[in-house]
Amino acid sequence: MENSEHKDFLGAKIGMWLFLFTEIILFGGLFLLYSVGLSKHAEDFHKAGQELDVLIGTINTLVLITSSFFIALSITTLRLGKKKITVFLVGLTILSAIVFLINKYFEWTAKISHGIYPDSKHLLELPQGEISFYNLYYTMTGLHAVHVLIGVIILSIVCLLIVKNRITGNNFIVLENSALYWHLVDLIWIFLYPLFYLIA
Amino acid sequence: MTTYTESIPFMKSKGGRSAILEWMLTTDHKRIGILYFFTILSMFIVGMIVGLVIRLHLFNPAYNILGPQTYNAAFTLHGVIMIFLFVIPSIPASFGNIFLPILLGAEDVSFPRINLLSYYLYLVGIILAVISLFTGKGAPDTGWTFYVPFSEMTTTNVTMAAFAVFLVGFSSILTGLNFITTIHRLRAPGMSWTKMPLFAWSLYATAWIQILATPVLAITLIVVMLDRMLGFGMFDPARGGDPLLFQHMFWIYSHPAVYIMILPGMGLITEIIPVFARKPIFGYKAIALSSLLIAFAGSLVWGHHMFTSGMSDTAIWIFSLLTFIVAIPSAIKVFNWVATLYKGSIAIEPPLLYALGFIFLFSIGGLTGLVVGSAGTDIHVHDTYFVVGHFHYVIFGGTGFAFFAGMHYWFPKMFGKMYNKNVATTAWAIIFIGFNLTYFPFFILGLNGMPRRYYDYLPQHQFLHQVSSIGAIILVIGLIIMFINLFKSIKSGKPVGKNPWGGATLEWTIDSPLPSHNFKEIPNITKGPYNFKGIKADGE
Repeated sequence: MENSEHKDFLGAKIGMWLFLFTEIILFGGLFLLYSVGLSKHAEDFHKAGQELDVLIGTINTLVLITSSFFIALSITTLRLGKKKITVFLVGLTILSAIVFLINKYFEWTAKISHGIYPDSKHLLELPQGEISFYNLYYTMTGLHAVHVLIGVIILSIVCLLIVKNRITGNNFIVLENSALYWHLVDLIWIFLYPLFYLIA
Repeated sequence: MTTYTESIPFMKSKGGRSAILEWMLTTDHKRIGILYFFTILSMFIVGMIVGLVIRLHLFNPAYNILGPQTYNAAFTLHGVIMIFLFVIPSIPASFGNIFLPILLGAEDVSFPRINLLSYYLYLVGIILAVISLFTGKGAPDTGWTFYVPFSEMTTTNVTMAAFAVFLVGFSSILTGLNFITTIHRLRAPGMSWTKMPLFAWSLYATAWIQILATPVLAITLIVVMLDRMLGFGMFDPARGGDPLLFQHMFWIYSHPAVYIMILPGMGLITEIIPVFARKPIFGYKAIALSSLLIAFAGSLVWGHHMFTSGMSDTAIWIFSLLTFIVAIPSAIKVFNWVATLYKGSIAIEPPLLYALGFIFLFSIGGLTGLVVGSAGTDIHVHDTYFVVGHFHYVIFGGTGFAFFAGMHYWFPKMFGKMYNKNVATTAWAIIFIGFNLTYFPFFILGLNGMPRRYYDYLPQHQFLHQVSSIGAIILVIGLIIMFINLFKSIKSGKPVGKNPWGGATLEWTIDSPLPSHNFKEIPNITKGPYNFKGIKADGE
């Protein structure tokens, strides 16, 4: 049987895709809540959306898309046997993720300092739709940020494994699967960005 | 490919590491399956005891075994344990893990380490569920459904129980992911999709539901936890949320979850019936396809739990229609099982008796399902004992009996011993009688207007409650006899050969108890799983 001597690369990839389906549906539940909220309180969502910082949102979108490009490139360079460049590219991806999280941190703390956070006195004085918008904003971008953080950890491990030659040009399924995960994190943000920052 | 000349039973310690460590760190699918098997059984026994206490409490209207708050905690505990910790993992995680790779002719599942991880997630979930009972401000009292707004307002320890269910759900996802990949990648050479045993087909359909539905429950529980801990209020109308959305999202998972529970049971029954009828299964393709159909259609019917919650008439009409459509593939299976038995050379053995019990009880459960699934009658019986009777017939009479059938069918293969068949048959009869005595009165109680989950009841319901409680005692006695018979036989049963029943699937071609390496060489499949030509049971 091929599995006892070689790794089943296709099997590993099928497993990863199935896992990505579960992730999409996990976020899907929140998108469902969002769509109902939007249809009930379109006006309030519009107003609340104006409060968000479009500049930071846009920068973060660009950062994530670029990082996805880096990680995709790293697979190609690894297959060509260019280990140093691969490590450099994965490192750049991690760096982008950290930049994203730092931006997110400033964005959230700015909101919180204005008294806009779940269960805050200020927020509860706003109309229902705006409360709903910010609840969803914190939940969805929060869950996404957790995924970015997990991505940073995974990619750091991958980076280490490449340095130690445990991931090589002939055995790059772990890098490829991590890249798939990273693309998903990126993709979800691409939907979050218009729903929160551009809705106004 | 190494060949193994000597076969070592999979449970025998290989020495070296300590035996406990060897079990706790195993990645062998059979050992993980056994770990699951015994954990699941102990959960069943705990749930059974709680259920019995509830029944005894209801013997008389004012019979105060339990206080009102304890009663609420008891039915919550009974539901959470039986649904999330017993029935959902039951057949896939135990028998699926042990036998799926063998039925496919593979050495292991695709991701053995993820398999072990899924077991540990399940175990931690159990531990947290137990902790949630004794910490915080009292045991959860919401019922297994965690309905808002109550679940977000009660001061009891719902948050931790929800997290426990979240972890168990993750474990279920990983099992599903593993099975789909295994079925796609590791079938033995020559095993085309239509030569695959139907148990594998049913696990395949189940695994898709596990993967696609469970995340919805996960996110719903995350939102409930956020609401409770940080005061988000996403299901709170005063904060722009909607409690009905909770019900939708909960049932988007929990209705398909019903098919996570029943499909593997159906698959198991499909394995057992042809073996004891000595006849190829009738309508192989129809059964395989109906599994997928149930999985698909079953994912679109969640709204029938909410007919009285406030929904448009159009939505009610559509959900009701779709619910009726699910009955079609289920009936296809039942008819095919009966057709397989027709003119077969039937051997009445304990596994077949449990399988027949399954068909009988599942049919009652399924048909009463149509009563609650059609909008008009549902208004009358909604949230009454009728519903409780319906799902106990489907889940216990269905999945529970299938689980017992599987235990009796594969016991000799798992442990290499045969149990006492006379005792097994007697236990089956007692369980069957006790089951019907316990749950059939529920239908009448429900039609008479007895609401579910009530601590007390009106005197006119007393007679049927008492019948049911006596039935519960009989049922538990039967279950105890069954378990003792099996547990004793693990040590003292008569050793069996490779094929005590005369089955044609691959597990009967290898040693009993199962060897630690499944196959001496990977088999080449040339015939179907229900082709009994030339296959003889031991001693025939």
